[in-house]
Amino acid sequence: MLHRSRCWSVVVWLFMAAVHPAVAQDTIRIAFVDPLSGPIAILGTRALKHFQFLADRINSMGGIDGKKLQIDAFDNEGSPERSLILLKQIIDSNIRYITQGGSTPVAYALSDAVTKHNRRNPDKSVLFLGWGNTDPGLTNEKCTFWHFRFDAEINMRTKALTDYMASLPKIKKVYLLNPDYSSGIQVERIATEMLRAKRPDVEIVGSERIPLGKIQDFTPYVAKIQASGADSVITMNYGPDMILFAKAAKQGNLNATLYTFFGGYPGIPAAVGESGKGLIFLSEWHSNLGIPEFEQLSKDYEKRYGEDFFHWKIALTLYMLSKAMTEAKSVDPLKVAYALEGLRYETPVGEAWMRKEDHQIIEPLFISVLTDGQKFDIDHTGLGLKTLRKVTARDAEVATTCKMERPAH
Amino acid sequence: MVRLLIEPVLNGIVYGLLLFMLSSGVTLIFSMMGVVNFAHASFYMLGAYFAYQISSAVGFWPALVLAPICAGILGAALERWGLRGVRQHGHVAEMLFTFSFVLIIQEAVQLIWGRVAVPYAIPEELSFSISAGVGINYPVYRLFMVGISVGMFAALLLLITKTRIGIIVQASLTHPEMVGFLGHNVPKVFTFVFGFGCGLAGLAGVIGGNMFSTDPGMAHALGAIAFVVVVVGGLGSLGGALIASLLIGLLQNVSISVDGSLADLFRLANIQVGTTGPIAELMHLSLNRVAPLLPYLLMVVILAVRPRGLLGRRI
Repeated sequence: MLHRSRCWSVVVWLFMAAVHPAVAQDTIRIAFVDPLSGPIAILGTRALKHFQFLADRINSMGGIDGKKLQIDAFDNEGSPERSLILLKQIIDSNIRYITQGGSTPVAYALSDAVTKHNRRNPDKSVLFLGWGNTDPGLTNEKCTFWHFRFDAEINMRTKALTDYMASLPKIKKVYLLNPDYSSGIQVERIATEMLRAKRPDVEIVGSERIPLGKIQDFTPYVAKIQASGADSVITMNYGPDMILFAKAAKQGNLNATLYTFFGGYPGIPAAVGESGKGLIFLSEWHSNLGIPEFEQLSKDYEKRYGEDFFHWKIALTLYMLSKAMTEAKSVDPLKVAYALEGLRYETPVGEAWMRKEDHQIIEPLFISVLTDGQKFDIDHTGLGLKTLRKVTARDAEVATTCKMERPAH
Repeated sequence: MVRLLIEPVLNGIVYGLLLFMLSSGVTLIFSMMGVVNFAHASFYMLGAYFAYQISSAVGFWPALVLAPICAGILGAALERWGLRGVRQHGHVAEMLFTFSFVLIIQEAVQLIWGRVAVPYAIPEELSFSISAGVGINYPVYRLFMVGISVGMFAALLLLITKTRIGIIVQASLTHPEMVGFLGHNVPKVFTFVFGFGCGLAGLAGVIGGNMFSTDPGMAHALGAIAFVVVVVGGLGSLGGALIASLLIGLLQNVSISVDGSLADLFRLANIQVGTTGPIAELMHLSLNRVAPLLPYLLMVVILAVRPRGLLGRRI
C-alpha cells in the first residue's frame, strides 16, 4: 500500500516537473503589474503596449546578449492588496523582474514587499523597476536598494517648471490649483517655496486644493482664479480633472496661462480641443523633439497600435536594464542592480543617469506648449507640442534624503 | 462685491438647472411607477454619447432633437421588454433590474466609444460670451442651457396638467386598476413614462456632455448628486426637484468662492479659536475645501429632520 502511493507520488511529481511552464533558459521575464481592467485600465493597457512594443524592438535587434525579453502581464485592478497577491504569484513563477507605474500606493506596497522578500530570500531576489511613479518618497524616506525609478519625480518636475517660470518677466501673479492628495499637496508646497526663492517679486495670489476626480463643474474655480488677477496657473491635475478644468477655463475666458504636468497626455488634447491651445506642458518627452530616432519610434508605434507613442520612460527602463545586464554579464537581480546604479545612458536628447544614492533617474526635461502647425499632433487633433525650453539632466536634478542600505555584493 | 457674487449665483443656477433636467426624470418615473431608476444617470451618459455621434455626422441642432429621442426609445424598449416582466416580483426586483442596466450601459459605452473622453464640443454658433454688465462676460451656451431647462420644465408642467395623456398618467398613479377598467392601456402608459423620463435624462446629457466632459465616468460622477436632489426635494415632486436642484447648485458654487472657515466666523465676533485640540482641525477647515461635500450633508440633514423631502408626499 505504502509502496504504491509512493510510486504514484513520484509519477505525479515527475509529471508536474515535466509540464511546469518552464521557460527557456534564454528568456528574461519581466512581470508587468498595473490596472488592465476597471475605470483606470487605460493607464495599464497603454503602458503594456509600450512595453511589448519596445521589448519586441530589443528582441529584433538581438535581445540582451542573445537572450529574449518577455513581458508577462498581471492585472492588479489598481489595488495595492491585489498587487501583493500577484507579487506572490510572480515570485512563485520564478520571475525575477517586476515593473509597475502610475499608482503611488501600489508602488509603496510593492517596494516594501519586494525589499522584505529579498531580505528573507536573497537567492530568489526580485528587482522592482518603477516605470512611472512620481511620488518623491519612493527615492527619499522610503528608498530601497531593490527599487529603481525611471521617471523624473515630482520635485524634479516642479523645479524645472518653476525655473522656467522664474525666467519669464511677464509672470507676476501665480495661482496654484491642485488635487487634494499627496502629489498635489507636494506640488503646491514645493512650487510655492521655489517660486518665492527664485522670484520674490512674484505674488502667489491663491492656492486651491480640489478633491481628486470628484469635481464636474470647474466654473467656480475658474471664476476665483479670474478674480484673483492671476496671469499663470500651476496645476498637476490629470485625467478628467485636467479635461474639465481646461474646458471650464476656455469657457470662462480665463486670461491666465496654464502650466501643467499632464496637459499634453494623450486623451487630454482630444477632449479639450481648441481649449487646449496655449497650454504649457512639462514632460520628459514629446513627439516633436525633431530627433529622427524618436520620429521613427513614433511612426512604428502608431502603425502597430493606431495610437500615439508616449512613454519614452518605458523605453529608458528597458534600454537601461538591457545595458546593465550586458555590463554585469548576468541576469541575477543583485548583480544587475549594482550595474544599474550609477549607470549613464546617452539618450538622443542628452545624457541621463541612474543616480547611485537613491536609484532615481536624472534625465533631461522639456517645457512645451500645445499649439497648431506641428509635425506630429496628439490624438489627431491638429494640436501638437512645441519645445519652449529644454532642461538638461544636470539642471533637473534635486537633492535626496535617501540613506540606502546595500546588500553584500 | 456685487461682481463677486453675480458669477457664482449665475453659475449655481446653471448647474442647478442641469441637475434639475437630470433629476426630473427620476422623480417622474418614481411618482408614476414607484420605480427608482438607478440607471438614470446612465441615460444621461447615453444622451451625451448619442449627441456626440449624431453631431459628428449632421451637426449639433439635429443632435439636440434626435439624441434624447434615441435615449427615450431605448428606455421605453428596456421597460417594455424587461422591466414590465419584473414588476410582478416587487419593487426590490425592479430596482435591481435597473441597477443591472447601469453596469451593462457602462461596459457597452466603453466597448463602443473607448475608455477615454470623446471630443464632444460646444457648437461654434454658441461658443461666444456676452456682456452681463459689471464687467462680466458670460458664456452664451450656459444661457442657452438655462433656456432649454426652463422650457423643458414649462413643457413638462403643461404636459402633465393640461393634456389628455398627462391626466391619464396622473390617474394611473393613484388608480391604475380603474384607469385600466376605463379602457386605457395602463402598461403602455408606464412604458411611455419610463421612456419619457429617460429621454429627459438624455436631453440633460446632450447639454451637459459638451459643457463638461463626455467620458465613461460621467454617469458615476453625476448619478449620486441626482439622487441627493431627489431625496432633498422629495421623491415624486417635480417642484421639489426644481427647488432642491437650484439649492444644491447655488450651495456648491457659492461655497467654493468662500475662503472662510468657522474659525474666521468666530473671529468676527472676537472669539479666538485655538489651533490645537480635537475640533481645531474642523474649525479651521475653510468652506471651499468642503464645498463638494455640502450637498450630501444637506441630504443627511433633510433625512434627519424632514424625511419626505422639501415638497415630497408622506412616505
